[in-house]
Amino acid sequence: MPPAGRVRARRHLDRGGVKAAPFDYLRARSPAEVVETLAADEGAKVIAGGQSLAPLMALRLARPTLLVDIEDLHLDTVAVENDGLRIGAGTTHRTLERHATVAQAAPLLREAASLIGYPAIRVRGTIGGSLAHADPAAELPAALVALGASVVAVGPAGERVIPAADLATGFLTTTLEPTELLVEIRLPAARRGSGAAFCEWAPRAGDFAVAGIAVVVERNPQGVCAAVHAAACGVGSTARDRSEAFAGVIGERHARDSLLRDVAGRFDHELLGLLAARALHRALERAA
Amino acid sequence: MKVNVKLEVNADPAEVQVEPRETLLDVVREHLGLTGAHAGCEQGSCGACTVLLDGEPVRSCLVFAVQCENKPVTTIEAFGRPDALHPVMDAFRRHHGLQCGFCTPAMVLTAIALLAENPNPAEDDVRQALAGNLCRCTGYAGIVAAVLDPTARP
Repeated sequence: MPPAGRVRARRHLDRGGVKAAPFDYLRARSPAEVVETLAADEGAKVIAGGQSLAPLMALRLARPTLLVDIEDLHLDTVAVENDGLRIGAGTTHRTLERHATVAQAAPLLREAASLIGYPAIRVRGTIGGSLAHADPAAELPAALVALGASVVAVGPAGERVIPAADLATGFLTTTLEPTELLVEIRLPAARRGSGAAFCEWAPRAGDFAVAGIAVVVERNPQGVCAAVHAAACGVGSTARDRSEAFAGVIGERHARDSLLRDVAGRFDHELLGLLAARALHRALERAA
Repeated sequence: MKVNVKLEVNADPAEVQVEPRETLLDVVREHLGLTGAHAGCEQGSCGACTVLLDGEPVRSCLVFAVQCENKPVTTIEAFGRPDALHPVMDAFRRHHGLQCGFCTPAMVLTAIALLAENPNPAEDDVRQALAGNLCRCTGYAGIVAAVLDPTARP
């Protein structure tokens, strides 16, 4: 602590500076309490890491009257169960980057998480927050669509499982009900013969990507590409499934130049096409 | 609505009465007088308000103080003294890693956290780690050189 003499007179909160509008605060103790609170107060909003919500509140683009903090719900477990990976919605991007289970069972999520914002953002920001916020430039929603993930939401009527591809409906808009809390993400664990890559382009490290794409390839036991799943971010109003652009890759073994050119040419967005070819090349190498 | 929040700041217990909308930055600067964390953009763009929360760098303008109940907070004031600089600070001084100094406390804290996790970072690791901290004076070359200097290791 500094000596008392160094403590300055407190500036008035509303004079100068950038400050959120007043709100009340509740530390929820259970998902049920979150759901009840959201149902009782339409000005209530859930806060996890707050790395998207806090800036919106500072700029007063969002003005919730009650923040429901879900940190004490400890929704941050990562576990492999019955061949599938289950990730608590409160798991931070930093944990996705560092967790050995994620590195093994979903290396694409590790790569996508490492591209989000800056280290100081990734320490606080969460996977559930990214999905619920539904920024079209966000990496994790695209990665989860490409991986065929689903999300679990808890609401007044109980639990509901939503495919990640059906979650976002538009810019910052999802199919989550105002009374629902996203609690878990479920996805198949990476299989032998699968490979994935996330490629994006941003003007500076940590900026929102102008375009990005997640590509997952699966080789059969003979080494032939049997399936490709892909989803793009930054170029539409939601993370979009773009698997159809990779149909010509099925049955191929190698990322030949002509194959990469063909894939790139299937995208109207020139930069996205280039990134798609790059991600496909990396994914095929990683699946070797 | 005022809320009582207990924190541990630079290894000392602290207790403050805050409005929920007051950020961790407001608490360290205005309640505790620790003015090394700087209020730049106050919307998460510049990184000048970086402090360590649970030992990890965070933007203190993007964390409400009420979210920090019982968490350890470390500010730049925990490191070095004017007559005994922390090794990272001294490397910044020798490599001309600062001019006006506004971004410096946050740069130093971010560098300290990076070196704690990765004692031998490559230049790209340093640039990635510092990417969220804006400096409008130096052009970053001196800052990167300071963090790469082996004598910056604590």
